Amino acid sequence: MNIRKYITIPSIAIGMACTLFSCSTVKPYQKNRLNDSEMELSARKTQKFEQNFQLYREGASGANGGKSGGGCGCN
Amino acid sequence: MRKIYLSVLALYLSILASHAQPVQPPVKDTSNYEMRKLKVDEINFVSAYYHQNGNNSAVTGGIGSEKLTDFANTIDLQLSKYNRAGRKNTLLFELGVDHYTSASSDKIDPYSVSSASSQDTRIYPSLNWTQSNENTGNSFGFTGSASHEFDYQSFGAGFNLTRLSHDKNTQFDFKLQAFLDKWKVILPVELRPAGYGSGSNRDGRNPVDHKPRNSFSASFSLSQVVTQRMQVLLVAEPSYQKGLLATDYQRVYFNGDFATGAGPNNDIFNERIEKLPGGRYKLPVAVRLNYFLDDRFIIRTFYRYYTDSWGIRAHTAEIEVPVKITPFISVSPFYRYSTQKGTKYFAPYGQHSVTDEYYTSDYDLSTLHSNFVGSGIRLAPPDGVFGIPHLNALELRFGHYMRSTGLNSNIVTLNLKIK
Repeated sequence: MNIRKYITIPSIAIGMACTLFSCSTVKPYQKNRLNDSEMELSARKTQKFEQNFQLYREGASGANGGKSGGGCGCN
Repeated sequence: MRKIYLSVLALYLSILASHAQPVQPPVKDTSNYEMRKLKVDEINFVSAYYHQNGNNSAVTGGIGSEKLTDFANTIDLQLSKYNRAGRKNTLLFELGVDHYTSASSDKIDPYSVSSASSQDTRIYPSLNWTQSNENTGNSFGFTGSASHEFDYQSFGAGFNLTRLSHDKNTQFDFKLQAFLDKWKVILPVELRPAGYGSGSNRDGRNPVDHKPRNSFSASFSLSQVVTQRMQVLLVAEPSYQKGLLATDYQRVYFNGDFATGAGPNNDIFNERIEKLPGGRYKLPVAVRLNYFLDDRFIIRTFYRYYTDSWGIRAHTAEIEVPVKITPFISVSPFYRYSTQKGTKYFAPYGQHSVTDEYYTSDYDLSTLHSNFVGSGIRLAPPDGVFGIPHLNALELRFGHYMRSTGLNSNIVTLNLKIK
């Protein structure tokens, strides 16, 4: 189990680093696809309340654009 | 309650009406003058109805109905104005009103007709001010927020900072948040000491305790344009909570009697209120990757790893594939899977040992996995939804949630965007 953890986490980190450093420079006029509203790198406004109930019904929270604690009687 | 909803509805309709005036053709401005008047950028109205059912209520020690409905609404209003230096000042005001009914909260005092927390309304306004330099893309801002429930008050403050690279392909966001909360300590009826109140406003003679719960979080995110079709976001959001983190009206039944050592039963001699540590460190780390496959299909993905000091470890993965039926109408089926290893403080009804230091029978903190599946539809025609010029977009989304503990729920959400 521990060996798997020690292999999986660095592999994901290395994979992400390779993705970031291999990116090409994209000019503003080449961003028509990236500027599409469906391409936004954030949760949708309609996901706000879904994230709220998932925060109550599961132990994990945060890093998804939703709340990470505070403001309501939940853990 | 009705007054609050009518007020929110009246506010929303008046904003909609003010935007529904006949549009005059704009006078072409050939000068370099920038508008310095405060203008409305965007208004969003989001409304959701949520219903759940299950049989592991924490209020009754991990058994009993978890039936709950929640009707949640928010309206946010974004205003902006340029200052003399050409910086853009943006104000984002949000007002939320939730109303819920809960079968399990009604069991705090099962002998009463309906106990204090069987239904409640939460009202939560917030205001964010952000100043941005549109040439560099850099910005900073502050947020203040409040939240009011019958038994819970919260005040929050936040700071946000954005830095954008020269080629505008890399963005770094930093956010600090603090919530200073106060909780009215409501206890199960049979476990209240003599003279301890129910918490109800009608029970003004007997006092109840109030305890703090404070939350502090920092968020670091880095977004990167990878290619003309792909962009990625990395987020880490460490947080710390301190204070009363247990829910004191949730019961726990032990596998022995504190007085005689007899087995589990509904007797107060083997029953306690939930007890959890007074501090909790959380570390979620997430990645979001979006890919524009072709003119019809877009792939949106999300993955999060979560760990905390209570021993919960969770993996959450989500995929959504918006399909463009036309350039202005898209349908977005989605699927989310989450699995978690529960906290070491959890045990089901009647299985805690009387020697345990901390204990809970709240299945939200247990080992579980969940599936969430559904679809959304988004309409954003250039001449306005249903021909209403300022109704910029309409989004409707439905989801069905299934948890391995037997809890099921449905949620439907509507977003109207006015521009």
